[in-house]
Amino acid sequence: MSAVLDAFTIVCVAAGVLFFVAGTAGLLRLPDAVTRLHALTKADNLGLGLVALGLVAQGDGVVFALELLVIWLLVLLSGATSSQLIARAQHRGDTEP
Amino acid sequence: MAEFLLAAAAVVLLTVAVGLVRILRGPTRLDRMMAAQLFGTGGIATLLLLGVATGEAATADVALTLALLAAFASFAFVKAAQRPVIDAVAPDDRR
Repeated sequence: MSAVLDAFTIVCVAAGVLFFVAGTAGLLRLPDAVTRLHALTKADNLGLGLVALGLVAQGDGVVFALELLVIWLLVLLSGATSSQLIARAQHRGDTEP
Repeated sequence: MAEFLLAAAAVVLLTVAVGLVRILRGPTRLDRMMAAQLFGTGGIATLLLLGVATGEAATADVALTLALLAAFASFAFVKAAQRPVIDAVAPDDRR
């Protein structure tokens, strides 16, 4: 059972780290602000979500799993809201250095 | 298992540090804020990975606090960006 849980953790955490790497590459390489925002939200939502999901299998108990869930939901909520706000500022032409 | 989690934490931290190059290059303050947001999320992931790898339960609480504060940083930035930028004039030169 422990080996199955370990394998689950390795797969999920590795996928999450991959999303962080891809999101950072997108943030550095994509041409304009809206496409960079697209890359950033992938790293935020899926990267952190997969890392947290993988770590649930290593924790001891329901409280730790719930804490990870709360952290992820908080990041989802703030990421969605601030992405809308940043995209609106970009759309309004608020592009000072 | 702890070695794998520590390695993953190192990779995430290194990746996010490279992403901070976007703060240097800009070109607009929106791009800089996006890099700061990525740094917040990467910091949360690193803290969670380190906490499980070392068996330190309190780091999850730190990550929760960081998640809350990173949200406020973005909102405060957008709120401040709505105000017009005050001209960089010394107070004495203002008539």
